[in-house]
Amino acid sequence: MKVLVALKRVVDPYVKIRVRADGSGVETTNVKMSTNPFDEIAIEEAVRLKEQGIATSTTVIALGNVASQENLRAALALGIDNALFVPCDDMLQPLAVARILQQIVVREAVQLVIMGKQAIDDDNNQVGQMLAALLSWPQCTFASAVKILDGGTSVEVTREIDGGLEVLYAQLPAVITTDLRLNTPRYASLPNIMRAKQKPLTTITVEELAVPTQTAFKVLSVAAPKTREAGIMVDSVDALLDKLRNEAKVIA
Amino acid sequence: MKILVIAEHDNEHLKASTVATIVAAEKLALPIEVLVAGYRCQAVAEKVRTLAAVSRVIVADHEVYQDQLAENLALLLQSLSSSYSHILAAASTFGKDLLPRLAGLLQVSMASDIIEIVDANTFIRPIYAGNALATVSMHDAIRLLTVRSSAFNAAITTKAELAELSICDTVYALEKTKLIKRIESKSERPELGQAKVVISGGRGLQNKENFALIEQLADKLNAAVGASRAAVDAGFVPNDYQVGQTGKVVAPDLYIAIGISGAIQHLAGMKDSRVIVAINKDAEAPIFQIADYGLVGDLFKIIPELLAKLP
Ligand SMILES: Cc1cc2nc3c(=O)[nH]c(=O)nc-3n(C[C@H](O)[C@H](O)[C@H](O)COP(=O)(O)OP(=O)(O)OC[C@H]3O[C@@H](n4cnc5c(N)ncnc54)[C@H](O)[C@@H]3O)c2cc1C
Ligand SMILES: Cc1cc2nc3c(=O)[nH]c(=O)nc-3n(C[C@H](O)[C@H](O)[C@H](O)COP(=O)(O)OP(=O)(O)OC[C@H]3O[C@@H](n4cnc5c(N)ncnc54)[C@H](O)[C@@H]3O)c2cc1C
Repeated sequence: MKVLVALKRVVDPYVKIRVRADGSGVETTNVKMSTNPFDEIAIEEAVRLKEQGIATSTTVIALGNVASQENLRAALALGIDNALFVPCDDMLQPLAVARILQQIVVREAVQLVIMGKQAIDDDNNQVGQMLAALLSWPQCTFASAVKILDGGTSVEVTREIDGGLEVLYAQLPAVITTDLRLNTPRYASLPNIMRAKQKPLTTITVEELAVPTQTAFKVLSVAAPKTREAGIMVDSVDALLDKLRNEAKVIA
Repeated sequence: MKILVIAEHDNEHLKASTVATIVAAEKLALPIEVLVAGYRCQAVAEKVRTLAAVSRVIVADHEVYQDQLAENLALLLQSLSSSYSHILAAASTFGKDLLPRLAGLLQVSMASDIIEIVDANTFIRPIYAGNALATVSMHDAIRLLTVRSSAFNAAITTKAELAELSICDTVYALEKTKLIKRIESKSERPELGQAKVVISGGRGLQNKENFALIEQLADKLNAAVGASRAAVDAGFVPNDYQVGQTGKVVAPDLYIAIGISGAIQHLAGMKDSRVIVAINKDAEAPIFQIADYGLVGDLFKIIPELLAKLP
């Protein structure tokens, strides 16, 4: 079975971001960038499927600026077989990303897509579900365990939901989106980093794919939220209880 | 034009997050209709009919909707969608699973997790774990929105005269997915998203046994229990306790963070609480920067003292 993983290059999760003064967005120049952590989890899952002999080949794809190729190389170093790069300078909307992924899935005869449940920059949590809809495939979102069944014709996915967990059976082909506890991604070893340099990284343009990327959605402005004023320190449990009872009036 | 709100329920009870979604929908000043899709879900429909803001309830009652899986519901919604200018659901795992799939079917964009409605086409939503707020405009014929419940926490009025009821017989039965089981975390405590008081514990609790201290404190204050990702990853508590950017977002009257450092991702889920208390042995922990009341000390001394001093 051919597995496709989507990868987005995002501002590193541990960076304290700064909103541009002109409201045009968040400052990303000279800011540490990383692979979206949920996509790292997707990469790890795909590599494990390959190691188990379930996946016959694994491909990773990123849509983004040229620097995204660094993240693709890193995915190859982790064990993904080949990479696709779709250059685009403007950030694409989820629907446009999903349409491009749909084209790739068809072209490459992919049977399983694994991707992050959300990108930690825009926090949309949309692309996987949109892609599944465009393909009329089942979707298994927020996965914390994945078990391929029946020689690769179906899958059982444990999902993290608000009420607890849910176990879903789905026929393949399908889209799976990852949650935090699906696995713990490995680190790349030096020999694998060297080997990754020889692995194929192919560029495909949006024009070649002939996918409409315009959507009727615009970000008008981006602002910093109100900050909370720091409060006070209390020096004892008694002082805390007194404040909560008599000042904040939140406990009896 | 009209608004369609998708009810979230377990075939018996309406989720409070749906009420918050209706509160948000009211800001659009258009007639509000609610879809209740499920199996033997009449009680939910009757409950929704009592809400003053709702003009019509559409019930799709069929076995195929029992587990409310996204595939079939998205197709049902697609068939209903042309009558509406806005379709809203709560930004719960249910709404987050379903609405983008509908957007894919309809080939329209959607806005996730909105916290403010500016006008019929303009919405505000947090990005970067709430460290920036984006104002977005939508110009598809149908605007799809998921709504952050904690941002629309108002009381809703009921009325004696019930909203109109329509039955929808359309059945979509894609067989590609099947629910095997749900493993719900059972708790007598208030629901995390709705509780007036939330007590959360982090890695500082060290293990599952110690986490019972947080639970005892929660019971004293009739509070819900939350946790940091570290506490969930380490297995102290189940996944649905996680508060944060990629877990639940809460805004109770009182949030007490104990043994939690205050990472950006955790703050994203609780910084809009009315009063925040932080208890941590490290005076430099970032959680103190947003706490109204901070207490530096060992939680293993402080929690027992709180338990002894609270009625
Ligand atoms: C300040 C600002 C202004 C913007 N303005 C506009 C605008 O005016 N118009 C506009 O069209 N867009 C705009 N965007 C871009 C847009 O909001 C997002 O980039 C787009 O919505 C992608 O969403 P997401 O990554 O959060 O999706 P999610 O649905 O959260 O992502 C889920 C998964 O999808 C996959 N994925 C997402 N993106 C990619 C990718 N590029 N390559 C490979 N896989 C991917 C990953 O696997 C990811 O884990 C703006 C963004 C910002 C920050
Ligand atoms: C993609 C991504 C998504 C994430 N999503 C979330 C999310 O949704 N929610 C979330 O919470 N995190 C999330 N995280 C993780 C986040 O970055 C932090 O790692 C996590 O919140 C830390 O949890 P903690 O505060 O319990 O642990 P730590 O940071 O280890 O802090 C433990 C604290 O306990 C204190 N302590 C220890 N012993 C005692 C004692 N005896 N008495 C008093 N204090 C004590 C310490 O001083 C310390 O401050 C995410 C991370 C990533 C990369």
